[in-house]
This record gives sequence, structure tokens and C-alpha cells, in this order.
Amino acid sequence: MNALKKVPLRLFGLLVALWLIVPTLIVIPLSFTDRNSFAFPPPGWSLTYYQRFFTDPQWFGALLNSVQLALMVTVLATVLGVAASFALVRSRFFGRGLANGALMAPMMVPGIIVAIAVYTAFLGWHLVGTVQGYVLAHTILALPFVIVSVTASLRTFDRRLEQAAANLGAGPLATFRQVTLPLLLPGIASGAVFAFVTSFDEVVVSLFIQSPALQTLPVKMFTSVTNEIDPTIGAASSLIVVFTTLLVLIPQLVRRSNAN
Amino acid sequence: MKSTRRIALLVVPATVFVALVFLVPMLRLGWLSVTSPAPGAGNYTKIFSDGISVPIIWRTLRMAITVTVVTLLCGYPYAYLMTVVSARWRAVLLAIVLMPFWTSLMARNFAWVVLFQDNGPLHSALSAIGLGSVHPLGTATGVTIAMAQVMLPFMVLPLYSNLKSIDRRLLSAAHSLGARPLVAFGRVYVPLSLPGVAAGMTMVAILSLGFYITPALVGSPQQSMIAQLIASKVQQVLDFGGGGALSFVLLAVALVLLALVGRVARPTTMIAGGGES
Repeated sequence: MNALKKVPLRLFGLLVALWLIVPTLIVIPLSFTDRNSFAFPPPGWSLTYYQRFFTDPQWFGALLNSVQLALMVTVLATVLGVAASFALVRSRFFGRGLANGALMAPMMVPGIIVAIAVYTAFLGWHLVGTVQGYVLAHTILALPFVIVSVTASLRTFDRRLEQAAANLGAGPLATFRQVTLPLLLPGIASGAVFAFVTSFDEVVVSLFIQSPALQTLPVKMFTSVTNEIDPTIGAASSLIVVFTTLLVLIPQLVRRSNAN
Repeated sequence: MKSTRRIALLVVPATVFVALVFLVPMLRLGWLSVTSPAPGAGNYTKIFSDGISVPIIWRTLRMAITVTVVTLLCGYPYAYLMTVVSARWRAVLLAIVLMPFWTSLMARNFAWVVLFQDNGPLHSALSAIGLGSVHPLGTATGVTIAMAQVMLPFMVLPLYSNLKSIDRRLLSAAHSLGARPLVAFGRVYVPLSLPGVAAGMTMVAILSLGFYITPALVGSPQQSMIAQLIASKVQQVLDFGGGGALSFVLLAVALVLLALVGRVARPTTMIAGGGES
């Protein structure tokens, strides 16, 4: 009786779940089309667009740009974010709330506003279309994710472990390297993954600060839908979906096998 | 203590960085909005008199509210389902809702363009059951469906973290005191879930207001939203002052909405109100 009553709820949940995942998955069959259109289901199959993705300098160049930028952003955002997280969790100082608000603000302000504020400033500072410009802009968007992740693991950190290390004769640096850092590593790693994905996936700000000479993959994808109908975007989308899924799932699987 | 003061210094690099790359550009934009092309509030008065901006602001607000309501109606049952199924199924449902966080935004928007195109899969599926001539690409309905899908996780996650903390024994207590299941749910469970509802609604409404990519790809120029208006002012006519003024109006609308949602869905007042009726 009770189980029967839950059937409509379960059905509804199933529909919502399908709505969440199916649209993303249709890009995978589409990427194997042999037509020069977005016709779905594809009338015939081929690897044409994968070949084009990896050989066309525009597409492959955009991929390389995105990966390089995302790696630089990951390093910068993780270093700045981990340092700031220690200050925010482990000390009480004047203006702490204000600093926290300022660091989180780029995540709260609508993306289009961040985009044109950064764009107008970068025009004056000659940073439009430069590597430095992309790295600076993406880092302010990635920082909040690192801070949220690292402050969360710092809050649940058992500080008696550090005291124990100090009592056993470890200096502050040894304690940090051998006790604090390893225990925080999962939090730092997930912050770093989010920083990478934030930069790798960023479209709105990048659309403004891009130049024809330096485009990221999401910018190239945007123009390939709006300006031309280029099915290579299907191959690009599928590769990104598979790659980022692995990036997120692998740490989980590693953690599970370690636990076993 | 001396060492905590030294630890406090660690916040300086990140804060200086965000101040230079984010706050200075924001202030600069604000300054431009009152000085360019001419000093004064001209850019702001123009928004209310040019006959284009105000309808677009209303349309954006309507869209944000529609998307918020749709995500609430779909997200609440989903989040509730997550609290009543087995741990294994809960993990599956959570993974499904988290998936959009790592699958590319561009890939998802592109997928909607493909689904909605004329003679696309949606079109042929609907004509197969006799509901042909559906053209969601370029319409407000299409944008709503695509945006609601992109926004759903931002509704489900805060809701779920609230719903899982509700003590279900309160429902049994209401039952044993003679309340029918639906009454118990409406009088006991729903009021307790309001903080989660408020958090989810705030997130979705604020994010929807500034949406640029989905309306630009799935919508049409005739149905443009405020983000597209700001973008076209800045990119096409290089009207930085006008774009800046619109940005700050958008920010103000977002803050007003934030205050309103916080007020309407404040849990204590709702519980008191529910008790009186």
C-alpha cells in the first residue's frame, strides 16, 4: 500500500532525472554523424568530425589553449585559495567578513556583469586577448570554489593531530608538511579540480576578452553554433563530457579502492 | 597570539588579487556609467525612457520567476524522493543532479539547440503522436525548458540538504494526533522545508537574471534578455556607460529579489501564519 503510493513520486523523479541527463548524452551519437548538419538521429555514421577536431588548427589550437590556461589557473587559484582559507578559518582578524565577502563576490555577481567590468578594464590595461588576461579573469572565478572546498576541510580538521606532532618534536614546517598537508589533500584536490573545470568551461567572460588569435574551446564552440553550423562541436562536446566525467570520477574511485 | 596574526596575513594575496582584478573593474564600470559619454545620471534615465530597456527588464524578470517556479515544482519532489529511497539510490540520484556541474555548459546548450531544431528529435517525436508543428527554438518556452534544466541542480542541492535534516517522526506524530497524510505533510513538513525552498529559489532567481549563453543560443534576438542587451551595448556600439548603467540596474534588481525572497520565505513567519489559518 505504502509502496504503491510512492509510484507516482518515483515516476516523477525518473522523468526529472531523464530531463537532467538525456539532453547532454545526445551529443555523443551526434558526434559520429557523416552529414554536415545537426540532423538527429544521424542518417549515417563516420569519424569525420573527430578527425577534423584533432587536425583543424582552429579546433585543436583552441583545445590546447584551454588546457594550458586551465592548468595555470588551477595552480594560481589553488595557491591563493589555500593560503586565504587558512587565514579565514584559523585566525580572527578585523575585516575577516569583508575579505570573505570580497573573495566570494565573483561567484555571486551575474556572469555578464563580471564579463563587461573585466572587459572594459582589460581594454584599458591592454589585457584583452592575452594569456595573462584570461588567467587573471578565470582565477577570480575559480578562487571561490577552492576556498569553499578547502575551508570546509579545515573546519573539520582535528587540530590535536598537529599538537601531537609538535609534542613529538616536529617543527612547524615538518608538522605542516607531514601532518596538515596530507590530511587536507582531498579538500585541496577537489578545489583544484573545480578550479580547472571552472576555467576550462568558462564562456561568458572569455567571449568578451577573446581575440581571433587566442580563443578558448568554449568560445570556439559558441561561435560554431551561432555563426556557422559546424558539427565538429558535437565531437568537441562529447570529448569534454567524457574527459571531465573521468576527471571527477577518478578521485572517487581511487579513494574507494584505498578504503578497501 | 602572535602566530594567528601571522596566519591572518595569508588572506592578503588573494584579497589584493580579487580587489585588483574584480573590484577595481567593477568600480571603474560604475564610474563610467555616470561619466561616459557625459557626466550625470543620463545613462540611468535613458534606461527608463528609451522604450527598449524596460520591456527587456520585465521580460528577464518574468523569465527568472518562471524558471524559479518550474525548478521548484520539479526539484522539490526530486529532493524529497532523495530523502526516502535507499542509500544506493540516493547516491545515484545525487550523481545525476551533480552531473551538470562538470559537464560543459556549452555542450548542454548545444544539446538543446539540436533537440529543439526544426525537424529535430523533439519535433519528430511530437509529430509521431500527432502534436506536430512545435518549434521551441527561438521561443520563450524553449528558453524556459533549457534554462530550468541548467538551473535545476541549484534548486535540488540546497533543498536536499534541508529536507534530509527534517525529523520524519514529526510526521508520524501528526498522524497519531489524527492528521490525514496530506494535512500532516502540508502543516508540518512543508513549513520546516521553507529555509531550503528560500535558499534554492534565491540561487536560481539570481543566476537566471544574469543568464547570457542559453537565451543567446536557444532564444531569439526578438526575445532577448537583459544580459544580451548589456552585451550588445558594450560589444556592438561600444556604449560602456550605457552597458555599465544597465549592469548596475541588473545588480539592484537581483538585490531586491534577494531581499524579497528572504522576506517571503522566512520560516518563522510562515509557521506562525500556517498555525492561524
